[in-house]
Amino acid sequence: MSLDAKIPPGELSKKWSDYKSKVHLVNPANRRSIEVIVVGSGLAGSSAAATLAEMGYKVKVFCFQDSPRRAHSIAAQGGINAAKNYQNDGDSVYRLFYDTVKGGDYRSREANVHRLAEVSGNIIDQCVAQGVPFAREYGGLLSNRSFGGVQVQRTFYAAGQTGQQLLLGAYSALERQIGMGKIKMYSRHEMLDVVTIDGKARGIIARNLITGELERHFGHAVVLCTGGYGNVFYLSTNAMGSNVTAAWKAHKKGAFFGNPCYTQIHPTCIPVSGDHQSKLTLMSESLRNDGRIWVPKKKDDNRPANQIPEDERDYYLERRYPAFGNLVPRDVASRAAKERCDEGYGVGASKMAVYLDFASAIKRYGKIEANKHHLDNPTEAEVITLGKEIIKEKYGNLFDMYKQITGEDPYEVPMRIYPAVHYTMGGLWVDYNLMTTVPGMYALGECNFSDHGANRLGASALMQGLADGYFVIPYTIGDYLSGEIRTPAIPTDHQAFVDAENSVRERIEKLMNVKGKHSVDHFHKKLGKVMWNKCGMARNAQGLKEAIEEVQQIREEFWKDVRIPGSADEFNPELEKAGRLADFLELAELMCIDALDRNESCGGHFREEYQTEEGEALRDDENFAFVSAWEFKGDGNFELHKEPLVYENIKIAQRSYK
Amino acid sequence: MKLKLKVWRQQNSQSEGGFQTYDVDDISPDMSFLEMFDVLNERLINEGGDPIAFDHDCREGICGMCSMYINGRPHGPNRGVTTCQLHMRSFHDGESIVVEPWRASSFPVVKDLVVDRSAFDRIIAAGGFISVNTGNAQDANSIPIGKDIADSSFEAAACIGCGACVAACPNSSAALFTSAKISQLNQLPQGQPERYRRTLDMVHQMDKEGFGGCSNTGACEYECPKEISIENIARMNRDYIKASLCKD
Amino acid sequence: MNWFVTFLTSRNGQKFVMSLTGLFLISFLIVHLLGNLQLLKSDDGLSFNKYAHFMVHNPLIEIISIGLYIGILLHAIQGIAFTMKNRASRGKKGYSVNTYQAKSWYAANMALLGTLILFFILIHMGDFWLKYKFGNSLPMTTIDGVEQKDLYWGVKQSFSQLWIVIVYVIAMFVLYFHLLHGFWSAFQTLGINSKKYTPVIKWIAKVFSFVVCLGFLIIPVYMYLTAN
Repeated sequence: MSLDAKIPPGELSKKWSDYKSKVHLVNPANRRSIEVIVVGSGLAGSSAAATLAEMGYKVKVFCFQDSPRRAHSIAAQGGINAAKNYQNDGDSVYRLFYDTVKGGDYRSREANVHRLAEVSGNIIDQCVAQGVPFAREYGGLLSNRSFGGVQVQRTFYAAGQTGQQLLLGAYSALERQIGMGKIKMYSRHEMLDVVTIDGKARGIIARNLITGELERHFGHAVVLCTGGYGNVFYLSTNAMGSNVTAAWKAHKKGAFFGNPCYTQIHPTCIPVSGDHQSKLTLMSESLRNDGRIWVPKKKDDNRPANQIPEDERDYYLERRYPAFGNLVPRDVASRAAKERCDEGYGVGASKMAVYLDFASAIKRYGKIEANKHHLDNPTEAEVITLGKEIIKEKYGNLFDMYKQITGEDPYEVPMRIYPAVHYTMGGLWVDYNLMTTVPGMYALGECNFSDHGANRLGASALMQGLADGYFVIPYTIGDYLSGEIRTPAIPTDHQAFVDAENSVRERIEKLMNVKGKHSVDHFHKKLGKVMWNKCGMARNAQGLKEAIEEVQQIREEFWKDVRIPGSADEFNPELEKAGRLADFLELAELMCIDALDRNESCGGHFREEYQTEEGEALRDDENFAFVSAWEFKGDGNFELHKEPLVYENIKIAQRSYK
Repeated sequence: MKLKLKVWRQQNSQSEGGFQTYDVDDISPDMSFLEMFDVLNERLINEGGDPIAFDHDCREGICGMCSMYINGRPHGPNRGVTTCQLHMRSFHDGESIVVEPWRASSFPVVKDLVVDRSAFDRIIAAGGFISVNTGNAQDANSIPIGKDIADSSFEAAACIGCGACVAACPNSSAALFTSAKISQLNQLPQGQPERYRRTLDMVHQMDKEGFGGCSNTGACEYECPKEISIENIARMNRDYIKASLCKD
Repeated sequence: MNWFVTFLTSRNGQKFVMSLTGLFLISFLIVHLLGNLQLLKSDDGLSFNKYAHFMVHNPLIEIISIGLYIGILLHAIQGIAFTMKNRASRGKKGYSVNTYQAKSWYAANMALLGTLILFFILIHMGDFWLKYKFGNSLPMTTIDGVEQKDLYWGVKQSFSQLWIVIVYVIAMFVLYFHLLHGFWSAFQTLGINSKKYTPVIKWIAKVFSFVVCLGFLIIPVYMYLTAN
């Protein structure tokens, strides 16, 4: 089948408004009898569910956590972008669009990104109206800060808890509809399959995680908002429960998987401290506003950071990228850190870390404060005390968190940081309507592939999740549902539901019956190591080929030797983990296949064979300016479909932050 | 490090439950408390036992899912820290640690250390929102909000809904949780139209869920991992009294 | 009146009643202490007996005292109801180890302290108020030509017994802790809390509790020492 992205015709800046005025609608009376299933309750899921319910649709929402408020969007720290130009520094919809496409290394779809930039401002309006307490200036107006890869201040924030505040806003809108009886919420439920009838998505099979019961739920449309698959690496900044299962089941039911190899490695995370490590913690990108990244100029320098004199420090980002300095995009910063550590300049016990230093920012702020207080000849100690106050106000909670985890005080010694898996740009392939290749099945937020190309800019994930949920799906879903108004609710004793439930049950039984020797985590850690070493920050053909074999091997071992205690008809977290890992083990192979197929370097996908002499990513626009959309063809077989990327409004160029 | 763990085990909400003791060794001081549980669970699985169920997700102190009562205190011995951010360096070698689930009649035990906190969701559903449908908002900067009010609202909004306040309170009161949301919204200009209705609805829902009343012991504030202030409870009380007695 | 019932039976409403009655009782303590301090005058009970006579014969005071009894009853009844509800909220199973950091032990045990005070009030009223108002065990005395019961004699009589003095001293400690939390807690319940003035309220609470309880405590101790 050929891929149709259904991009509306016309001039880029008019596409979305034209589309909105012509799209088919469902009249309010009909909406009452149309049911929509939303899976996932993060920014995309909560906002979509709330908005669809406000419009009058009957909505069911599913999440595996104990409350929709726990979704991992909550952990986003730094901020959310919007082209408001409140700072009067030359921002515009076009500039946000341009920065995003360029930041994504020219691997995203122009029309989608432009729409994202267009609605970005509305998101801020909506969130403020909901009572999201964004940071403000004394005059009462909203405050902004800058983020990587851009030269304007367009990031709105709520201290280091922007994701939390935005999610709680969307969650409150969701709860409001639940309270009004328009949404039925299913917490501690995990979607384990999509039900398709005549090629259309018509419902899901969900497992009640408390009782273990399998439930059938009908929907005229199914909206997946289930986040990314970074946990395929075992160690990542994702929540422990974040998983690919819903997206993967959809993939196996016919939804193409777009660009699975595009993973974002975030440059500023707390380094791994030992084998016991269960997850990694991010230190917000906003820290790079004030922190300076460096390593010693000498290899294997074991002196404590504070004893290394200024002229023996290599501020390698400032050296290599003078125009953007410490605020280069994430992929660039991560690779630069890896390069230094691989060369033997790393710091800390493991030598796999670089410094993020606030000493000069403390002094700079201290001097400004001293001036404000009219201290003419402040002592160094006074300056530092004043400076620390400012840093504390800006990043206090992050500094506390760092201290809590590492036991070191970042006000006194530089932070040690290292890149870690953070976000997946790849995901289910969707068209302009956010519909997957299965009619009636949509994918929103990180779960889809659409807006970030090969690399996502900081503070854009929150923007995309909310754009999709609040402002895109409410329009685009009407295009499909307007054709469904004559479809009555399909009873769940339909054969398709019975079959889907049976296959889910069989798989669970198969897992329970392995009765092997090793825990789920044992296999997950193994998988993670292979993926991190061979399909991580840098990849090469040889490694990827090995990785494919190793993943297959681990998968085989897993199905022979995993041990799941307890039974399937009770609350059983090990069984949940096993089901998720089984899907990761299939996805991992596809990620490697895709990475192997893409013979170029772009954004988060860095193939060692394809780099410039200076070690920058070398794109191949002639042969690889397309989206890889993979079709599932039975165990371990995938067929590649290509959606060509056409740039009519942006001149494609080598990405430079120098 | 070697530790002696006394953990509450309970098969499901109907069963009785009781303590079991486990000796764990090879614990690194750099581990988080939950990673120490991972190690223990891995061992239990390898020995053919039943691993201990506990709630956790983000493991960076923000999702509010983790919930252990450690040595008599919610989230353990340190102030302003969730269980997932508690590290083993806060304990000493050979220490005995007692771990229990949150206890409150409104938080029934699901299994082992996992409790059902859906009552919190219902309190929010009763009024913890500003009724603004998508698309109805005006430009964000058209409502200036003084920094002091914005900051105060933000401080209340920092609540992660973990339930430590209820767990710590000798009355199992949800006053801190409920008041934090009321206080966040009631201070903002956007929250004014529904201010008193919201307060009444949320307070009544809190009672309906069976949470106890507040007797101002301050235990919640002390144990809250986000250090939410009981000033918020005073704000809620003020608005509740006004809403009940003065507003038509 | 549905809204009023809803309010009074809500946990916040119950606390509101306790807070108002509590503050009323606190104000009574001041009057009561000022009057009783006359026991310390060395005029053989002249001014104290005058004061006692005035207190039971002035119609306005009579009305206020009815308010006082109602206040005590309401405070106690709401307190008991509130505590019972809270016990139920706690659930059947408690913690095996509980070292939660309440601001203070007494704040977490207001119901216990309150019950002790209630018992004390019953003893106290039985000893003096009942005897003075209805009994005939007190001798008569004539002041300014008015014949009346000699309450001063009764007080002296009671406070010459060590066990009664000890009961009073313990009761004042109990009251001290009840006030220490109750005073500022009443304001918090009424929604009066701000970074600016709450420290002042807490400071006044401390001073007030100390001074009032000390004042009440000195009387029996002084009288016991001077009697023997």
